[in-house]
Amino acid sequence: MIDFIVTFLLSMLTYLILTASQGEVWGIWSVFEIITGIILSFIVAFIANKVLFQKRTYRMLNPLRWVIFLVYLIGPFFWAMAKANIDVAYRVITGKINPGIVKISPGLKTDLGITLLADSITLTPGTLSVDIDEKNNDLYIHWINVTTLKPTTHHICSNFPQWIRRIAE
Amino acid sequence: MSGFFNIFIIPGGLLLIFMLLSLIRLILGPTVPDRIVALDTINTLVVAGMILVGAAYEEVIYIDVAIVYALLSYIGTLYVAKYLEGGSNK
Amino acid sequence: MGTLLAVLYIFLGIGVFFNCLGSVGLLRFPDVYTRLHAATKATTFGSIFTSLAVIVYGFSSWNITGDSKFRVLALHTIVALVCLIITNPTGAHAIARAAHRSGVMPRQAVIDELKEAKLK
Repeated sequence: MIDFIVTFLLSMLTYLILTASQGEVWGIWSVFEIITGIILSFIVAFIANKVLFQKRTYRMLNPLRWVIFLVYLIGPFFWAMAKANIDVAYRVITGKINPGIVKISPGLKTDLGITLLADSITLTPGTLSVDIDEKNNDLYIHWINVTTLKPTTHHICSNFPQWIRRIAE
Repeated sequence: MSGFFNIFIIPGGLLLIFMLLSLIRLILGPTVPDRIVALDTINTLVVAGMILVGAAYEEVIYIDVAIVYALLSYIGTLYVAKYLEGGSNK
Repeated sequence: MGTLLAVLYIFLGIGVFFNCLGSVGLLRFPDVYTRLHAATKATTFGSIFTSLAVIVYGFSSWNITGDSKFRVLALHTIVALVCLIITNPTGAHAIARAAHRSGVMPRQAVIDELKEAKLK
């Protein structure tokens, strides 16, 4: 039941953002749009209510996790992304590379956590996630400037696993 | 047209030039993954360029097209990557 | 008006510069993984900044003229930006994984633990 309600509310929210212009309701939406949105979101929730919660875990419904996620995106993640781009600019101009594929064990357990970490690693300095060992969630990272052959997690992605453990586990 | 037309259409034109640069890699690319990388880059640049063109002409419809293009090109990239990976090992 | 123009010039300048780096890196780097570094990071960052310029333009024009068209422009650009940020690194990861599984090895690599793990 809770899957159905969450899917309904999410699709309704997307519909409302995409149709906001002028109208009677608060000067933003027209009544026709609202009714169409409710019917369409009901259909979407009826068809796709099993997609969001396949593992039957509901911990992402806690709003505090989303607040931490926003802080993470605006603070450390954006800063790392800016550093990554200056690094890429340096390597494009000088052409100095020393690449290799290394392995790290971040110790995250949930699928969402490992996805967030892999995406963060791809956008932060000098690293790109290539493959994942699905038995114990080890990540294989393409590192553009290898400094040590046995890197720890802190070399690759500083303290991102702690942030992601607070967001998704 | 307002005074903002040139501000947005000139970066749009520059993005078009970068798309042509990526097209060189798409044609040269020695292996298939190189070509997919070039195609992915072109898709991102097309989305960014469409947003700029929409702002220049003050038409929202370009940005709606950009949203749909971003999602469809992502599915296209995943599809080609999955095909390249092959289904034999799983 | 003057500040709005300055902000737009700065954001568009940064965005176009990093998009340029992305496509030049695509031409300059030697193999597919390093090309992915340049293409993914630089074009994502550049597109974030060009879209931020459009968002700032939309909201401030809505403030000045009161025309709801500009608010719609800014909101839809935010949706497009979210789609771009979610899909870009995931697509890069899919390409890298497909490249390694289809047998394209990194050139000039000092270490390749994934290949060693597969041989075991």
